[in-house]
Amino acid sequence: MTATSSPAGTVLPHERIVSALRDAAKHGQPALVAFLTAGFPSRERFREHLAAVASEADVVEIGVPFSDPMADGVTIQRSSEQALRAGVTLSWILEQLGSQPPLATPLLLMSYMNPLLAFGLTALAKHAVRVGVCGFIVPDLPFDESEYLRVALSPHGLALVQMVTPVTPPERLARVAGASQGFVYAVTMTGTTGNKAAAPKEIADYLVRVRAAASVPVCAGFGIRAREQVEALRGMVDGVIVGSALVEVLERGESPQPWLAALRPPRR
Amino acid sequence: MMQIEQIDTVPEHERALADLLAGRYPDERGRYGAFGGRYVPETLIPAHERLERGARRWLADAEFQSELDQQLRDWVGRPTPISPAPHLSKRWGAQVWLKREDLAHTGAHKINNALGQALLARRLGARRVVAETGAGQHGVASAAACARVGLPCTVYMGEVDMARQAPNVGRMKLLGATVVAVASGDRTLRAAIDEALRDWVSDPTSSYYLLGSAVGAHPYPYIVRELQAIIGREARAQMLEHAGALPDLVVACVGGGSNAIGLFHAFLGDRSVAMLGVEAGGRGAGLGDNAATLVYGHPGVLHGSYSMLLQDRHGQIQETHSISAGLDYPGVGPEHALLASIGRVRYEAASDDEALAAVKECCECEGILPAIESAHALAGARRWAASHPGTRILVGVSGRGDKDMLTLTQSLLAPLASALKEAQP
Repeated sequence: MTATSSPAGTVLPHERIVSALRDAAKHGQPALVAFLTAGFPSRERFREHLAAVASEADVVEIGVPFSDPMADGVTIQRSSEQALRAGVTLSWILEQLGSQPPLATPLLLMSYMNPLLAFGLTALAKHAVRVGVCGFIVPDLPFDESEYLRVALSPHGLALVQMVTPVTPPERLARVAGASQGFVYAVTMTGTTGNKAAAPKEIADYLVRVRAAASVPVCAGFGIRAREQVEALRGMVDGVIVGSALVEVLERGESPQPWLAALRPPRR
Repeated sequence: MMQIEQIDTVPEHERALADLLAGRYPDERGRYGAFGGRYVPETLIPAHERLERGARRWLADAEFQSELDQQLRDWVGRPTPISPAPHLSKRWGAQVWLKREDLAHTGAHKINNALGQALLARRLGARRVVAETGAGQHGVASAAACARVGLPCTVYMGEVDMARQAPNVGRMKLLGATVVAVASGDRTLRAAIDEALRDWVSDPTSSYYLLGSAVGAHPYPYIVRELQAIIGREARAQMLEHAGALPDLVVACVGGGSNAIGLFHAFLGDRSVAMLGVEAGGRGAGLGDNAATLVYGHPGVLHGSYSMLLQDRHGQIQETHSISAGLDYPGVGPEHALLASIGRVRYEAASDDEALAAVKECCECEGILPAIESAHALAGARRWAASHPGTRILVGVSGRGDKDMLTLTQSLLAPLASALKEAQP
């Protein structure tokens, strides 16, 4: 089995992500990719929160907490710290996923590199695919350093989602976006997660470039917290990623489904 | 457990050392053997690539070098002297020489790097400088260098470090820097680096991140090594001139490892010269009780490079302990990880108590108050001398201990203070 072709009748994990996003986006409104920190705000209610988010979102990113989340803003720093204090580990997350019936919504693990290295990349890929994980996003692993992880993930058909940013030079953007699997994570601003989004005009031009380079759907992330922002991205991206804002919803003890549903623009 | 190949045969060690001596490290991917690299968010990739191009260009530029040399001479006070240490020599039964970075402007070797990078930042058109600091020495050096070069400077410093290094906070402010207290994470150097990186992530084009140790993503370990290598170049020539021979051992303390890599580099090709890096042994060998990364750590990725780390089995970075804020860091520069893996440099730990005893001994014997960081090197040298009597030892005194007066008042001077109190009627 390779990453690029599947035996008749089987859908590879990275293809599941693509299909889920394309299906959701076929009426013109962007698909919803939702992020939650594993075990936050409650370790005991992780599977419940995950199921709630997965029932509304089209793809779910599960954040593996790390002690030094340098690309994240205060919300995800806080949720990571609390999850770590509660004893959340990558092994625990995989165990939790393995102890429930598989979800229809494709799942990705979002983790800094070091917890993945500590687990062992080969063993991780094997475990992950068994519990229904479809791919990985690793914010401190740029494309240039990603070979070891890609080699580990590829035999299982797991996606490695690459990120691009508005400051990525055109030649690099084409290379990185072209290599991304599952979707291209188009960062829409240059700050950490959770900050406000940047000016729309430049973003539009940038997203056109990303889409031209990508062979998979393009999802925009960093700074999305309201339906107006999702509306503004309609037609420019296949999906939007909500992270910090959703973590805050969960932190406040509110139900994620209505909040996520309210982000979707009405169908035209 | 690791996916990245380690080398562990003698011929491979020899080849790695030959590559290192031939200037092939860092390679084009920023690697020192298996270590190093550039593990940073995509947002920071263009900034690192620009910095790499700029560093390769300007560090090799004659005009830049002459400006740097002139500032190092006129403003930093280089070359720093090498002092024979007759009384320590007598006590230890060895010939002890001290490389006096404590006499450099602002009181430590940190200024060599801060000045060089501030000049680089100006050449690269940066409008502001961001820096992190642990002990405060790099913060003070950055504030001073930025004032000299004419760039605004923001320094991130953990709350814990701000409390134990209060005088340095005042110095930074006097020198015109904005000091930002970091209340996240472990509130020490590691959290300060995270915060400084976040600042840089939010404004990578007009900000210059002035990293203070030989750590981080490529090209930082390279830039810092190049700017600190002057320590070893001077010391090697001074040993030949004043001692008439190369040392048998060169010793330096290692936190992130900038003064050590600077001192070691000129001696790496001298096969007769043994090298010892001394890490912070803190209270003991347990996870969280020390900051001795090469002695107790395991490979992993932190702050942009693949190196040795103090981490738990889940890959979470551990809080560290050392009496010296400047060594209190759970990672180490990737070049040290290479030097350790090929056995060219030996790394040991010295405990808090050994370091304090070394501070006291150096003060009493030589009239020099070393930084507690540097005292770790003295403690390691003393131990080595005991098993190698009569040998020539060069110790890097990376900084002066004036900044440590608060810690020393609570430790070395505490018995004295209580004795004085009891003696009163």
